[in-house]
Amino acid sequence: MTEPLLKVENLHTFFYSENGVARAVDGVSFAVGAGETVGIVGESGCGKSVTALSILRLVRPPGRIEQGSRLLFDGTDLLGLSEEQMRKIRGNRIAMVFQEPMTALNPVFTVGEQIAEVSRIHEGKSRKDAWARAVEMLTLVGIPSPEQRAKEYPHQLSGGMRQRIVIAMALVMNPALVIADEPTTALDVTIQAQILELLSEMQRRAGMSILMITHDLGVVAETCTRVIVMYGGEIVEESSVGDVFKAAHHPYTEGLLGAMPRVGGGQERLTTIPGTVPPPTAWPVGCRFHDRCPYAWDRCVNDHPPLYQIGAGHVSRCHLAEEPEYRNRPHPPLVEQVMGVGGVAQGGAPGERENVKDRSELT
Amino acid sequence: MTAPHSVAHPRPLTPDPLLRVTDLRKYFPVGTGLFGRGGSSVKAVDGVSFDVLPGETLGLVGESGCGKSTTGRAILRLIEPTSGSVTFAGQSVLDLGSTALRQLRRQMQIIFQDPFSSLNPRMSVGAIVREGLTIHRLAEGAEADKRVKQLLQEVGLRPEYSNRYPHEFSGGQRQRIGIARALAVEPKFIVCDEPVSALDVSVQAQVVNLLQDLQRDRGLAYLFIAHDLSVVEHIADRVAVMYLGKVVELATREDLYREPLMPYTQALLSAVPVPNPAARRDRIVLTGDVPSPSNPPSGCVFHPRCHHPAKDEACARIVPPLEEKAPGHLVACIKQAPTTVTWEQQQAAGATRPPERYLPLAALHA
Repeated sequence: MTEPLLKVENLHTFFYSENGVARAVDGVSFAVGAGETVGIVGESGCGKSVTALSILRLVRPPGRIEQGSRLLFDGTDLLGLSEEQMRKIRGNRIAMVFQEPMTALNPVFTVGEQIAEVSRIHEGKSRKDAWARAVEMLTLVGIPSPEQRAKEYPHQLSGGMRQRIVIAMALVMNPALVIADEPTTALDVTIQAQILELLSEMQRRAGMSILMITHDLGVVAETCTRVIVMYGGEIVEESSVGDVFKAAHHPYTEGLLGAMPRVGGGQERLTTIPGTVPPPTAWPVGCRFHDRCPYAWDRCVNDHPPLYQIGAGHVSRCHLAEEPEYRNRPHPPLVEQVMGVGGVAQGGAPGERENVKDRSELT
Repeated sequence: MTAPHSVAHPRPLTPDPLLRVTDLRKYFPVGTGLFGRGGSSVKAVDGVSFDVLPGETLGLVGESGCGKSTTGRAILRLIEPTSGSVTFAGQSVLDLGSTALRQLRRQMQIIFQDPFSSLNPRMSVGAIVREGLTIHRLAEGAEADKRVKQLLQEVGLRPEYSNRYPHEFSGGQRQRIGIARALAVEPKFIVCDEPVSALDVSVQAQVVNLLQDLQRDRGLAYLFIAHDLSVVEHIADRVAVMYLGKVVELATREDLYREPLMPYTQALLSAVPVPNPAARRDRIVLTGDVPSPSNPPSGCVFHPRCHHPAKDEACARIVPPLEEKAPGHLVACIKQAPTTVTWEQQQAAGATRPPERYLPLAALHA
């Protein structure tokens, strides 16, 4: 097996605040092969966006990538590079497509100037050559009358068009890896279909790898070959896309799939995951999902599960891998038993979670 | 099948609508000259009609800028409609004076999309929920306290939370507060304006289930505005699809999702990503963007992006009526057979292709 393009090893990214240390990314390891599309899914606060920012070393204080983390890109550890060297990689070898195209673009420059800037910086192209390249990129991403559009400002374009500009800007240097952070979340569904189509077409042409960060399992199913599910700053499940939809192992993944209404799914009651994601300053001991889990038993309260091998290329951070019989004994999760209806724990009050901490008696 | 029914029930089977919206329009002036003259207008809502029955959920779907939220707000007169009529429980909403309107708002409430900006940050949760009780003189003192606590409990919040402030709550919990606030005055009808769009999927499911439980327990009618077709399928009894200020299709949930007849609805459904990697569809990918509502296309507003095989010149000239293609299934398309716009009329408008029934099933169902 050839060396993967990107290898994230034991990534820890912490934020230091008055309320304590937020362990946003807490020991994440995965790899992205050349030409592969890997999805990272999870809900707000699971650490997926911070993972993306960490790879580009864009985490700002009070955030910090901790000692012992490794980000191997094409054989070099990005964490060992100087800021100068890192700048040569960003936008060049690794590019990023952000969620909100309006904030990702500079409102006071035309879109042509912004795309041209990329090749002027990275290739030292002349103004004229860089402009020609910008127009070429606009054509490539399917913008009608590109010469004209290049002279326009971001506010003159629609949301879908802006996202095409952002993609054009990311692809100028033929990057080996594109990190797309919720690239279609702000877009309407018909425009989303266009953008996803565009991304996969660009990938077919240029052969780059894509790391797709999203909360939408539908987007994952349509674009990715492998999927990583994150919860509480950790990977809780990783598998091929086929496996995760056919045979999800982790109860959190199972919960996410059940909570998602689907077209053609009729009106059967949605299963919910009670409670909310705990604050990153106080991840639960043991399994981080145990208080919301319908199968958790006493072991889950104190024993933090490792990533168990479930099948070929399929891992899950759940003790059910060793004791599958507990799957046959679903019960209301702890957070509901403590908090009552709806499992609305942690109403923001700092003391609230502490009550939940003393859970041993409840299991 | 229907004959024995009509004998048993001499009156029509459908009950009187709770809400009837007829030819509702909201034009926003733009680029106006001095004294507002000489400007053009954005036709945000352009002749929308539908009924909402008691205890029913009508889904209103469409993409950004289609006028769905403006419709919801115009019904409640949170923005004044330009023309049209809105009848709620027999009363003409648009003719009411401010006192009568305030009284009527007791029965018509709204839940907003953004749980962060729709709650007053300076008011405690208890005060927010209690405000409606006070304004409508429904309860005061200890009685009001008791009602507030009951309401919080009903939406799945702990009664002790009533002294806390909105910033102390997560998005899903704030949405529950918004729901409790709307329920306080015991409405019959609630406009739900993208109530779950800002929420994570697991929390979204909690709120959707809550809305369904409340509807069952209290017999509420909802106008459920959303851009997410899967959520609407889950909650709605009937669905209206909007495009550029107009309703282009209106049908029962089953009919709309099984047999969408308006080409726009077909494209919309076909674009939804399916969480099943084994499913591969021939997706209809629309080209271009939604045209500007200040300068909508002539004839059928969807014709420049339409993929109906019989699309021709006539589509750019004839404004399609919202007409019945099957019992209870209204569609605005002169090329989707059957149509009341005769072939002669279409030919007079330059038609070259006769209407046909077009339903690209491979693009719709995995």
